[in-house]
Amino acid sequence: MSILIRKDTRVICQGITGRAGSFHAERMLEYGTSLVVGVTPGKGGTKFHDVPVFDSVLDAIRNTGANASVIFVPAPFAADAIIEAADAGVELVVCITEGIPTLDMIKVIKYLSTGKARLIGPNCPGVITPDECKIGIMPGYIHKPGNVGVVSRSGTLTYEAVWQLTQRGIGQSTCVGIGGDPVSGTDFVDILRLFQKDEETHAIVLIGEIGGSAEEEVAEVIRKEISKPVFGFIAGSTAPHGKRMGHAGAIISAGRGTALSKIAALKNAGVTIIESPANIGETVAHALTGQLSKS
Amino acid sequence: MKLYEFQSKSLLKRYGVCVPRGTAISDYNDAAKIFQEIGRSRCVVKAQIHAGGRGKCGGVQFVNSPEECTACAARMLGSRLITRQTGPEGAEVKYVFIEEALPIKKEFYLALMIDRTLRTPVLIAGSEGGVGIEEISKSSPEKIAIEPVDIFSGIHPFQLRRISSRLGISDSRSIQLGAIIDSLFSAFVQNDCALLEINPLAMTDDGAFYALDAKMETDDNALYRHPEFEQFISTQETSPAEALARKHRLSYVSLDGTIGCLVNGAGLAMATMDIIKLHGGEPANFLDVGGDATQEQVTQAFKIILSDRKVKSVFVNIFGGIMKCDVIAYGIIQAIKEAGIHIPLVVRLEGTNVELAKKALDDSGLHILSAKNMAEAAYMAVEASKRGANK
Repeated sequence: MSILIRKDTRVICQGITGRAGSFHAERMLEYGTSLVVGVTPGKGGTKFHDVPVFDSVLDAIRNTGANASVIFVPAPFAADAIIEAADAGVELVVCITEGIPTLDMIKVIKYLSTGKARLIGPNCPGVITPDECKIGIMPGYIHKPGNVGVVSRSGTLTYEAVWQLTQRGIGQSTCVGIGGDPVSGTDFVDILRLFQKDEETHAIVLIGEIGGSAEEEVAEVIRKEISKPVFGFIAGSTAPHGKRMGHAGAIISAGRGTALSKIAALKNAGVTIIESPANIGETVAHALTGQLSKS
Repeated sequence: MKLYEFQSKSLLKRYGVCVPRGTAISDYNDAAKIFQEIGRSRCVVKAQIHAGGRGKCGGVQFVNSPEECTACAARMLGSRLITRQTGPEGAEVKYVFIEEALPIKKEFYLALMIDRTLRTPVLIAGSEGGVGIEEISKSSPEKIAIEPVDIFSGIHPFQLRRISSRLGISDSRSIQLGAIIDSLFSAFVQNDCALLEINPLAMTDDGAFYALDAKMETDDNALYRHPEFEQFISTQETSPAEALARKHRLSYVSLDGTIGCLVNGAGLAMATMDIIKLHGGEPANFLDVGGDATQEQVTQAFKIILSDRKVKSVFVNIFGGIMKCDVIAYGIIQAIKEAGIHIPLVVRLEGTNVELAKKALDDSGLHILSAKNMAEAAYMAVEASKRGANK
């Protein structure tokens, strides 16, 4: 098992004929993802490699039975693409597009709250269950099937963490990049709960960063609900305090958002905090082999 | 993008929010004329910077004559104002705003911003305005109302009643407050704001509400649908390097250290700064070329780093995903061809098209220190910067 996606996940690529969409659709096909259909309004009836292209997500689903979608549509049209996918009945929508206006995303979230679709992203690398299904832009070769679940707000820092694990022979159950935008779909809490339920996932690597309070919120859930070992790294602990404007941010954040606050909350929840981004693989390897020798 | 007080107020005025009469100037010789045009016995001269806390640092001063007004504007213009929100380097005052001084009965706090946790705009209202609002939110939270605002329908009447009761505003005034909140929300949504703050919102002796100060920050991602914001770009408080980076759509922040960083992805860029510090070095900048940069953008990014004289070594840390490593490699080669390089360059590449990139760098004949992983690269970059600094 794994979370979110598996070998039999059937994927739509929205924006398959664009620059980023076509490049990464090829990579996904190479990886073995069941990328069964593409959507680009106005390009219906054409083909991308052997993949049929339709004008709408609804047509794509009716003709192929796809149940997940990956979005490469440019930012001004991406919010509409997410809603179109949800409206057509797609269960998992992964939005790679970066630069979507925040208010557009607030409208999307409000729309999604009435339906069943789960959104990952936007501005994220996507989701991969190694050797089964890759929905996103992560380089496939850095992954290896195994039992560590990885979840991160960052894109490239996730690759870094995964590569360190793989180089030490530690495979991953599923790796999820939830995206770094101020407003996004699925959060740390949702993913941690899925990893907790997943039998294939034995340990979890959580990569956060300064800003927002997602790490503080997930810490509370880890303390109460997660029995599997969790390893955490928070990027930006040495970043200088930026200039700020006005008081509203300080009133809303109430002291959360700094690396110190996040690290303290996670430590308090029993998470093993990794100090250096170069030691993620090593720390997990050390802890897991220690566990094996105990058992 | 951050707007100055006078820019924010002129925008709010168009949404029906009352603001004092005033004009912004950048030349103190215009101050006396503005004072006379306003035609009041008393005006206030306010330094325009993208931060609050001005009042406590001499950035807001009352004047009673055209002469006083000129002298005050002359003192402020060109000076650097250091407030609690500017950071220690302060902010240069390029504009002052001269406004009529109004008789104030009571001050409130009103703001809209995005709450990332609730994933919705929230309205924050306080029964006391001014600079102490953050302390009040901690010591007397009952004086602050925080209401999530539905993106489609705006503030509901029951929420307005709740806010008015918190703020101690009577029913008749509550209607006026509701109108201001509606205007504020329209302005917030239609201008793609990240923050819109009125502090203080003043009730005058005759019972009218005025925005005495306003701060506005817009969402850079939405700039494409606001061509009218072009006019604000030239008034952003950025260094020349930061302005150049902005033009090329690069995320760049100048810092005090000696190691120039070129990284893809904000998380990895922050982690790169972290590991430099862990190895005893100091980053000269944060630079995220983004997920999907072109070769030209990479070339520009590299040139921006090289133009910083503090930089003693360069650390390129790339983990390609949507970004292809070979694009980075060609961008760097191009920049070096155009600008030259006299300091050590440490490159760590991994991910999409890494082999093509390594070949391009090898074939270029350039002297590049290539690192196997992040820790090794950080070590090499820090050592190289120390050697450079000792020269």
